Order: sequence, then C-alpha cells, then structure tokens
Amino acid sequence: MDFILDPWPWYVAGPLITFVMFLLFYFGKKFGVSTNLETICSLGGAGKFNDFFKTDWKKNSWNLLFVVGLIIGGFISSQWLTPNETVAISQQTIQDLSDLGFQNAGAQYLPDEIFSIETMFSLKGFLILLIAGILVGFGSRYAGGCTSGHAITGLSNLEIPSLISVIGFFIGGLIMTWLLLPLIF
Amino acid sequence: MKNIKFILFGILFGIVLSKAEIISWYRIYEMFKFQSFHMYGVIGSAVITGMILFYFFRKGSIKNYLGNKIEIEPKKKGFSRNILGGIIFGLGWALAGACPGPMFIILGKGAMAIVIVILGALIGAFLYHGVKNKIPH
Repeated sequence: MDFILDPWPWYVAGPLITFVMFLLFYFGKKFGVSTNLETICSLGGAGKFNDFFKTDWKKNSWNLLFVVGLIIGGFISSQWLTPNETVAISQQTIQDLSDLGFQNAGAQYLPDEIFSIETMFSLKGFLILLIAGILVGFGSRYAGGCTSGHAITGLSNLEIPSLISVIGFFIGGLIMTWLLLPLIF
Repeated sequence: MKNIKFILFGILFGIVLSKAEIISWYRIYEMFKFQSFHMYGVIGSAVITGMILFYFFRKGSIKNYLGNKIEIEPKKKGFSRNILGGIIFGLGWALAGACPGPMFIILGKGAMAIVIVILGALIGAFLYHGVKNKIPH
C-alpha cells in the first residue's frame, strides 16, 4: 500500500492525466475544466444579465459531473490516501518563502498564510483569495482554456493558440511569483 | 444515468492531482521559481503521452466508443486573446496556487477558503462575458 499512500511521482501522474483525457475523448467529450465556470454561471441565473449564459446547461452536465467527481476525489484522497501531507519542496523554496514570512513551508499542502480560516476572514486575506479567483476565471475564459484545455490538450494537439496561451500563463505566473508576491506578503 | 461514469473519471483525476501534490500551493510556487522538476515532469509527461495518444486519434487507430474517428476541436485563434488571457490566468494561478480543476479538488479536501477563490473564478468568467466585445482578441 505504501506506493499509494506515498506521494506519487511525476512520471505516474503525467500519464494518468493523459489516461483521464483519453477516457473523456473516448466517450465523445473533451478535457477542459474551466468551461464549467460558465456552466455554473448559467445554472446560477447569469442569463438574466447576459444572453451568453442563456444556454442549455444540461448539454454540459457531463462536465459538471466531472467536477462533482473532483470534489469527491479530493475528499477521498485527503481522508484515506494521504496519511502524511508534507510536501517535499526544495530547501531553497522553503528559505525563499521564509523570507516572505511563510512559516513551515511544505508542512502541509496549503499555506496558512493564504488558506487558514483566520486569513480568509481578514480583509487582506479575503481580497487575495477573491482577486486570485477572478484572475483565473477571467483569464481562462479570455484565453479559451486553462491548464487542462490549453497546456495538456492544446499542446498535445500541437496547437499554436495553446502554445501562446501557455507562454502567457508563464509570463503571468513569473510576474506574480517574482515581482508581486514579495509586495503582497 | 449513462453520464455517471464522468463522476468516476473526476474522482480518478481528483485523486491523481491530490496524490501528486499538484493541488499544493507550494508546488506551483516552486515551479515558477524553477526550483523543482516535479511540475515540469507532470505537465511534460502528460503532453508527451498526449501527443502519442492524439497521433493514434488522427491515424484513426483509436476510435471512440461508437467506433467513430476522434476529432479534437481546434482552439480559438487570435494572438491577443491567448497571450493576454494567458497572462491574466497566470497571475491568478500563481497567487491562488490553483487552476480550475484543483480548486474543486481542494474544496473536497475541506479547505474552506477555496470557496472564495471559486466564487472569484465564477465572477471572473461572468465579467469576461460582460466586457468581451470591448477587449482585443
């Protein structure tokens, strides 16, 4: 059982991601999580404000079920498959985060400095979470895909738009990590 | 009921991304700091195996469950939308440490703060469709 309970190496995870993508294409669908953001908006009544959302969400219900599965998968994994949540990040990363004021980096999956209940109910913490979400939601729909649709499906399909998007992901990510995070924390 | 299988695929995907620590904020930070190969290995090996898979899709030697050729819908062209949308997404990805899939996996893990991120992502998708006629694509 140790090989299941220990962290899975990249060469197991990468091909398994492709296996999930295969299952979706095999059953006539596609691999793209961010489309669900629009579908959930439609479900929530966003059609009252914008005609785009007046779509029949039922045609994307398979993808919403995939999201339900993601939630269940996260639950199963954290309840029964992850006895030790230490993330083996590099010493340099721990040092860099310590300089930013992050304590015990890597001791669990998520930093308390962003995800603790206490942080969530502070004004700054709330805004960080909300703005991060808005950027992800806006950016993924503007670019027409996220990590699953562009980085995995699009690059696998040798798509130039996806290559441009993934370069954009990295420009944005590098600006945030190297320039903005030190200003925010 | 025939769609129930997609829940199972989601569960599998959720477990893989949890167990390989892809849902960890630290792994995303470390990736953008170029301090570990882990995330590059995950995405790189997924893309390489994906290229091989799609080669067989194109050749027609792997067909879908109905026995038809599997076609992959091309992505929308346009330099501005892909680069600008990509940059905006990247800023959020590195701040939240989560892209849309992991957000829901983290929710299942029980970290309640992610609800705010998911709410933000819905607002972001909503806002995009409000302004899409006014921004370059």
